[in-house]
Amino acid sequence: MDVITRRRFLLASGVAGGGLLAAGGTAYALRDILATAGDRDPAARTLVLVTLYGGNDGLNTVIPYADPAYATARPALAYDAGAVLKLDDEVGLNPALTGLHRLFGEKKLAVVRGVGYPRPDRSHFRSMDIWQTGRPDRPENTGWLGRWLDAAGGDPRLAVSFEPVLPPLLAGATSAGATVPGGSVRLPKDVSTAQLTALGAAAPGEPVAQGRAAACFADLTRVQDLMHDVADTEDDSADATATGGSSQSLESQLALVAKCVQAGAATRVYSVSLGGFDLHADEKQAQENQLAKLDKPLAAFAERMAAHDVVIAVYSEFGRRVHANASDGTDHGTASDVLLLGSGVRGGLHGEPPSLTDLDQGDLKFKIDFRDVYATLLADVLGSDPARTLNGWTGRLDGVLA
Amino acid sequence: MTERRVIAHVLRRLTPGPTAADIDLGVARGLDATVRQVLAPVPPPALPQLGPAAEAALPKGATKEAKQQARQQMAAQVAEATWWWISRLVTTGSSGAEKLTFFWHGHWATSVQKVRSAGLMLAQQQAFRRYGTGASGPLVRAMLRDPALIIWLDGQRNTRKAPNENLAREVMELFTLGVGNYSEDDVKAAAKVLTGWQVDRSAGTARLVAGRHDTAPVSLLGATGVFGVDEFADLLVRHPAHVPFLASRVWARYGSGDPVPAELSAILPAGDPAPESTGTDGNVVAMLRALAVHEAFPATAGHLVKQPIEWVVGAVRQLAVPDLAKARKPVLAALHALGQVPFRPPSVGGWPAGQAWLTTAAAQARLRSGQALVALAPDTVQKVAQAPAGERLDAVARLLAVDGWTDRTAAVLKPVAAAPPRLLALALATPEYTVH
Repeated sequence: MDVITRRRFLLASGVAGGGLLAAGGTAYALRDILATAGDRDPAARTLVLVTLYGGNDGLNTVIPYADPAYATARPALAYDAGAVLKLDDEVGLNPALTGLHRLFGEKKLAVVRGVGYPRPDRSHFRSMDIWQTGRPDRPENTGWLGRWLDAAGGDPRLAVSFEPVLPPLLAGATSAGATVPGGSVRLPKDVSTAQLTALGAAAPGEPVAQGRAAACFADLTRVQDLMHDVADTEDDSADATATGGSSQSLESQLALVAKCVQAGAATRVYSVSLGGFDLHADEKQAQENQLAKLDKPLAAFAERMAAHDVVIAVYSEFGRRVHANASDGTDHGTASDVLLLGSGVRGGLHGEPPSLTDLDQGDLKFKIDFRDVYATLLADVLGSDPARTLNGWTGRLDGVLA
Repeated sequence: MTERRVIAHVLRRLTPGPTAADIDLGVARGLDATVRQVLAPVPPPALPQLGPAAEAALPKGATKEAKQQARQQMAAQVAEATWWWISRLVTTGSSGAEKLTFFWHGHWATSVQKVRSAGLMLAQQQAFRRYGTGASGPLVRAMLRDPALIIWLDGQRNTRKAPNENLAREVMELFTLGVGNYSEDDVKAAAKVLTGWQVDRSAGTARLVAGRHDTAPVSLLGATGVFGVDEFADLLVRHPAHVPFLASRVWARYGSGDPVPAELSAILPAGDPAPESTGTDGNVVAMLRALAVHEAFPATAGHLVKQPIEWVVGAVRQLAVPDLAKARKPVLAALHALGQVPFRPPSVGGWPAGQAWLTTAAAQARLRSGQALVALAPDTVQKVAQAPAGERLDAVARLLAVDGWTDRTAAVLKPVAAAPPRLLALALATPEYTVH
């Protein structure tokens, strides 16, 4: 399955079903929201979360080229010392990651080793569900940044995805982030903002799904205002990239994020994604192509954002099996690395890499709980209390974010 | 709830979008007869003749131009097959048969993006028609040797020397049992059982290659032995989790996004046993029949967000677009914008459901597509125009099989009642029309 996207995870996840329901009908007064848009705390940081769907092969991303067990486990897939972009005498980056390698050399890229969670689930659905809800122990119908949004007041403009379908991680219990494909609102002629506002009101006694359908129109008017604000401050042609709902390349998603950040939009969280990492067969070249699609736009974005307080985090729902399968691919695995870049990030390798020989059913044993990473982002980037969003979780990453 | 509302609700759920005439007929027949009629088996249609699969027939070392030409031909065949299916959903939409075929397509979600053959996708679809109306065993058996599914989930890469787990895992997780009802050891064992299947793309067939097949005994789902693909299918459909899992998928697409209420959870998996089901064999038609006539079913009205295919096919049917060929472009544009193109599910998990279709982007797409579709139906616009201005909202509700408008929506529609095309287009984007 080489066309895996975030949508696949919506079906089995309860997130889209339950979490958004309560959001229907809670229309804010437009003028109140607009009044806060210019009030952005100048010290506030912005989080850009990059989700790699399909399970990126971590061992061929940050490559333990010096460990003999690596080449033994996957002879046809392994990179040798001469091929990798070295980070130190032990590990190197995939040859497709030239931009990230440059940033690592400038001490701007942090690699957090062996991130996972207890009792790993090898299902794409369940594992992505766990990463997006932040709850490995039981099913949860809200996303971790959705719960942050609830606590932050619930204005959908605070958490934006430039994709046609809301990612579960942005669905809260009482609010939900905004989806803005193409970064522009295109209303057909004969449809007025007044009509949208009127359709966006809740009707007494209507079914919840219908209420949420109505609330879309209210969200649309808010997003329309947000985009007008952005368009006013920078004369660029966002409309030229509008694709009318089809899914956007990572490059165009990040271009829109950059534009909003530079315009001083009130948004604190941006969710972007890249799919296609589920490579059960003929993986090596295909993964290089995928990683190139990540590297170029991500490095360019990080450099463009250098003057802004933006932190970027990159993750996937799991790494892959240490041993290759017979199709020159790898099957679903467990722990992998999380990449952090941007404002205040201390570059370098952080934490201990998992052993390639002491395995759990053929898979890596995780070293750092992913909730430590989330807690650090919630506290240091979003200035919120991680325990509230992560069900009392108190772990933190030390020394990665200043 | 009035009899008409109950019938309208049942038809909105079982068919791709009922017209006012469908509902009138249903009211005349009564609920039981209507449900039987709508769920009655339909002979599988003759498939469109798409011509040979040029890509599969390419010799090794074919020129770049030849490859490109073959790719273009494949894309054209896929476009033909897609439009053929959408047209069939429109023209046979008084029956529930094609919607059930679409249900199975979303369940055994296979994408032509990797299969790269319209012929194999149509063959899979025909298997849904042939086996999807009875006990689930024959369908699972057919799918485990279905060439499109095997290609999609790397089945032909799965060999004795080192199995590829993709197909084995997804068959249990997504198609038959659900997460938590099998172990990692079962995945590895099932992968061994499924080793050795090879697809002949030119012939459109799959066969077991003995040299690639692992015949070692395995422990699989509590049984130990040497299993073939049919024995594996039987283990799956006899597993206690199988029928409840299927019932939960039926409920999610036909019932509601909420959990099954107690009075329905008892009857749904068993279905309505008469006449062709034993009651526990995973017969989805029997489940639908039991659901549709149950007194608790009408309470689910408005609980489901229409899938894009239901929204657009229903609109074309209700607007009675006279020249279907002219609707091809706007219909496909709508499906692309809303994110549901037949034969192209986003992943093996199929399409999302419910709230996922309710985004600001989708709201814009419905506004735009509504206008484009209404522009193709001047006679229907004329019919609305003939109603007195004060009755036009009711006329549009009847036309679009909506029970009625909330005061909120009526207040938006009333000012445009003088302009029937705008009225109809806006009505297609309303919250009331978006759910069912």
